[in-house]
Formats: sequence, structure tokens, C-alpha cells
Amino acid sequence: MKHTISVLLQNKPGVLSRVTGLFSGRGFNIESLSVAQTLEPEVSCLTLVTSGEDNIIEQITKQLHKLIDVIKVTDMSETEYVEREMAIIRVKAEAGTRAEVLRVIDIFRGKVVDVSSKSYAVEITGNASKINAVIDILRPIGIQEIVKTGTIAMTRAKKA
Amino acid sequence: MKITGAQALMKCLKEQGVDVIFGFPGGAVIDIYDELLRNEDLTHVLVRHEQAAVHAADAYARVKGEVGVALVTSGPGATNTVTGIASAYCDSIPIVVFTGQVPTQLIGNDAFQEVDIVGITRPCTKHNYLVKDVNDLIPTIREAFHIARTGRPGPVLVDLPKDIVASMVNYTEPTGPVKMRTYRPTYEPHPGQIEKACKAIVKAKKPVIYAGGGVIASNASAELTELSHKLNIPVTMTLMGLGGFPGTDPLSMGMLGMHGTYYANMAVANCDLLIAVGARFDDRVTGRIDAFAPNAKIIHIDIDPSSISKNVGVDIPIVADCKHALAGINGWLKRNNALDQDGQLEKITPWLNEIREWKKKHPLGYVEETGVIKPQFVVQKLDELTGGNAIITTEVGQNQMWAAQFYHFNKPRTFMTSGGLGVMGYGLPAAIGAQMAAPGKTVIDIAGDGSIQMNIQELATARQYKCPVKIAILNNNYLGMVRQWQELFYDKKYSATPLDVAPDFVALAKAYGAVGLRATKPSEVEPVIKEALATDNTVIMDFVIAREEGVYPMVPAGKATTEMLLV
Repeated sequence: MKHTISVLLQNKPGVLSRVTGLFSGRGFNIESLSVAQTLEPEVSCLTLVTSGEDNIIEQITKQLHKLIDVIKVTDMSETEYVEREMAIIRVKAEAGTRAEVLRVIDIFRGKVVDVSSKSYAVEITGNASKINAVIDILRPIGIQEIVKTGTIAMTRAKKA
Repeated sequence: MKITGAQALMKCLKEQGVDVIFGFPGGAVIDIYDELLRNEDLTHVLVRHEQAAVHAADAYARVKGEVGVALVTSGPGATNTVTGIASAYCDSIPIVVFTGQVPTQLIGNDAFQEVDIVGITRPCTKHNYLVKDVNDLIPTIREAFHIARTGRPGPVLVDLPKDIVASMVNYTEPTGPVKMRTYRPTYEPHPGQIEKACKAIVKAKKPVIYAGGGVIASNASAELTELSHKLNIPVTMTLMGLGGFPGTDPLSMGMLGMHGTYYANMAVANCDLLIAVGARFDDRVTGRIDAFAPNAKIIHIDIDPSSISKNVGVDIPIVADCKHALAGINGWLKRNNALDQDGQLEKITPWLNEIREWKKKHPLGYVEETGVIKPQFVVQKLDELTGGNAIITTEVGQNQMWAAQFYHFNKPRTFMTSGGLGVMGYGLPAAIGAQMAAPGKTVIDIAGDGSIQMNIQELATARQYKCPVKIAILNNNYLGMVRQWQELFYDKKYSATPLDVAPDFVALAKAYGAVGLRATKPSEVEPVIKEALATDNTVIMDFVIAREEGVYPMVPAGKATTEMLLV
């Protein structure tokens, strides 16, 4: 089963390599990874998506905890949370297809971020399945290039 | 007070109570070595290969129960420490390794003797540091020792660029224990878990204690012995746990696992409660996982949460220091009057009888042959003639297993072996480290003729520092353990295991100014050992043993521990 794990860690050189080295060394897989500074400049937040049986996920969280630079590990899948990815997709947009592309990205609440006479680059945010849906619909029109971020996630605030 | 980085290092080492450093100089650490000359209260042991410095620091740490220290130069000096560091990591031994590094402005330039040792050792250290600002130097060293010795102990590496140790830094006395935001190991057990464990212990009809290296690391032998004796619970130990419970105690079943005793493995396979204390369910202990203690409820005490339920599912986990957890269990049993010793003895007697029957059926033993020295006989004689009171180190392979099986370790911190990583070449430098930690004690390296050659150069170190270590080579002219596997599982095809050209170990000892003795017949074993023990010098005892003797019992890899090949 897929798990989104959020890790708060000290923002020090080599920390990312400790995390990725742990995954490769112990044969765990990383499906996506995203990392950036938090409000505290000395703390980074790393979000990773991995999959495995419960005992593997338990090992992953325990081994992450064991790293000296790790402050907190949260398996998002145990709570309510929101997650997002972003994709920038360059799609063929010529006279016959421009309107169709605009309609599609409007439906998915995307926006055009770069325009040329032959293509649009569109920005889409959402969870993984929404981004895949956009890709599936744009593919027949002609996707030229895709870049995607890893997943980022945040637990939902407790309802009062 | 402004001092140089090298001077700060010396001050920090003394703050930590360090008195012996094992090391080897080089360009990147020349400032540190220069400073060492002005610090006569720090003994520096000049090894002959950096790997040996780490093994020696490892054994020093084990004997003293303190942090061992190694100091080496950059590049090859640093890479040579990797095996030693990885071994200390597997065995949870607290050491701090200082490596020199090229000056900060050259880092990343492929400079002479530059290597990214922090990158290389990331997966085999508990933590490591590259000090890039001299103002971080002192807090980093203090943190390194704190991390090495607390929680589940382990090796920490500190990489010191040459310009950092030469720059000036403001030294201030430590203001108290190191506090870290992210690292706070759990020492105290959860009382609810202790109660659950105690209730299971009181209920059990066939309990077994399975004790590992954590018992020794946390100095929990007294608490473990109390628990076992109060309730008559039989104890088996891992290779790393030997000495944690007296080997001559009637409740000791010796070692379990691949080369464990028949009765220990049978007891584990048939127990209804397995109390794992500071052990990690290593594959050499469990054999085929699904057949390991199949009928037992499992209690697991470990300070490292990631060890719990890693290989084998655990019913009652207790994350804590073994000493605290065992004291908690003993206390609960006392408070709740659960120590009805007569009732307990009555309940457990059938189980002890069952174990006694297994022991009678297949005791630990070997077949004697006239005129040929059996390696087990040598170890038994070493045990007898030292009264079981020596510090034993081993190399890795058959020698290690015979030592573990036939020497009776009655006290903790008397058996040093590379357990998890299995490093050939560990024994001799470890013997030197142990001797430096315990100058008056008899220290014996039980070695094979193959593995002794992996760090044989350390004979010079032993001689230089007047370490009267005794090296007992069980010489069969083979890489014996691999040969045994080839005999059993590879159709006796001895690929690359015969050591066709071997040194004359007696002459070799003499070449180093040590004493060389040889025994080729059983009757010569005792006189040779006696002479060695009476000699105040480094001694090699070359025992020419039965060439194709095997280590038994043996659980073939991947089999259940009850499927043992016996003598």
C-alpha cells in the first residue's frame, strides 16, 4: 500500500543523502520525494511517497527516526491529510487545438504559463490521480514535455 | 581562551576521559600529532595499519565500557578504517574515529589524499561529521562522544580538515551534558509493558532467556542473573552476549543459532515464552524465520526501536535500556510477590528436565583422535589453564566458533569478537586494544592461520607497547570455515581454501622479537600453553590441528535451527 511520509529534519549538508542512502541501502523504494526549508531556516520538511507492507512501512519510519538529524516522522496515511503535486505540461497548441487545450485546463483549474505559436505550457496542481487524468486527456492532442514535482502533504487541522 | 583546533581536540579528549588513542599519522593530521607530543597524559598507540587502530579502539571500548578513540589521516588512512567502523556499527560498539581531511578550500578538488569519508561512512556509522568551521569543532567533538556512548552505542566519525585544526578557536569549559533537539534515546521502560512482560513470565511453563550484546553494553549482567536465578529460567546467549551470563552456571545453555548447542536450539524451538534481551534476531541466530520459536510468546527488550519486530514479530516489546528494563521486571516480580520460588520451581522442573535430556543426548563435544590435536581440545585447555579468567579475542571463522563453544565466559567484557560483520583480522588488533585497557590481564587471541595473516603486521605494535598478548593459531592450513561449507554443500570442491604457502609462524614471531611456540601432538598442547602464559612477551602458539575438523553442531543456512548437523 502507498504511504505518504512527512519528515522534519535538520537543514544540514548531507541530510538528504542520509535519507536516500537509508532507502537504497535497505532496499526500500521512493516513488516521489520533495524537500524544502520550513519557516524555521534550520529545519527542512521532506515529503516522500513509498509503498510496502505494514511491517516495511514500520521499519521505514523507525529507521528514519533513528537518523540523528531527523526531528519528526509522520506517516500521513494514519491521519486525514491533503496532498498536492504540480506538473508543467507542454502541449501542442496550433490553430485547430488551442481552444480544446484551454477548455481542458479550465476544467482542471490549470493555467497557461508559457505560450508560443505552436504550443502552450500549462500548470496543473492536484493529487496524483488528477494530474494523471489531465495527462491522459492531453495526450491525444500531443504532449511534448512534462515536468512534475514530488508530492507534498499536510495533515488537516483538527476540527473544533 | 584562544587555542588551536588541535589543542582544542586534546582538551576535548581529556574532558571525555580518553587516555589511549590508537592511530597512524599522515599529512592531514600532522598538526594533531605535533600537539600530541605536548600531551603526555594521552597515550598514543601507533598501529601498523589503520584498520587495526579501529579494531583496537573497539576492543578497548568493550573491555573498559568507555568510548574508544582512533585517529588517522585523510584519504587512504580514512578508507582503511571503514572495515573497523562497519564492524563496530554491527556490534554497537562506542568509538569515535577522527580522520584528517584536506584543507577546506581544497575539498571537492580531487586533492592529494582527498576522499569523501563522510559520504563513504554514512551507512556504517551511527552519525558522522565534517567540521567546516573551527567554531563548530568543540561542540561537534562533544556531540560525537555523546552520540557514540548513549542509546544504542555505535561508531561516530569526525572528519577534520587540516586548516581547521590549525586555526584558532575560543575554548570554553563544557557547561553540562550535551543536549540535542533530535536525539533522545529512551532508557526507561514503559511500566505497562513491564507489567505485561511480568505476567507472561509468571505464567510461562517453558520460558527461555535469549541474551545478546545489549546485556553487556548496558552492564545488565547482575540484573539478568537475578531474573534467571529467582525463577530458574534457562539462559542462552548470542555470540555477542557471551559473558553476559556465567557460562558455567547450571542454567546456562551456551550459545544458540547456527553453531549453537543442540539443547539451546531445541529449548528455543520448544519454549512457550522467549525473553529476548538486547538481541536482534540475527539470521545466524534464527535460521529459517518461520521455524524460530514457533510456539512462543516473545518479549523483546531493546533500546533501539528499529530492532523490534524487524525480523520476527514480537508480542511484548519493551523499548528501554536492558539494565533498566530487567531491574523493572525484577522489581515488579518482588512487589507483586510473584516469586513463590517453591511453586515456580515445581512448575518449571519438567522443562529443566527436558533440557537436561537434550543436553544428555547431544552434549557439546568432538571426537578425539590419537596423535592429532583437536582444536576444541586446545580451547578447552586454554579455558582450563586460565581458569576461564582470560580476555579472549578471536578472528573469524572456525576459530571464532570453537572459542565461543568451548571457552566458558563467566564475566561480561571478556570476549571480543567481530560478531555482526565477521571481520577476519579483528583478533590481533583487538587483543592489543584489550591489553591496553587491562594491562595486568591475560589476553589471548584465538586465531586461524588464515585470518591471523590479515593483520599480522600488528605483531610490531604489540611488541612496541609491550603487550604480552598470546596468539593461539589453530592451524589447519585451510580457510577452514569456507572449506567446511565446501565439504558439506559443494561436493568437497575446495576452491581457493587450501593455504598452500604458509609462513612459519614460529620463525615469524621471532622476526618480530616475539616468542614462537609450536605443538604438533596433543601432549604438547598443555606445555606450550603453560610456557606461553608464563612468558612476559608477545607469544604465537602454533597449534597444528586436525586439518579437516568441522564446527558442530551446524544449522545449514536457511534451515530451521532444529535441523542441526551434529558431531
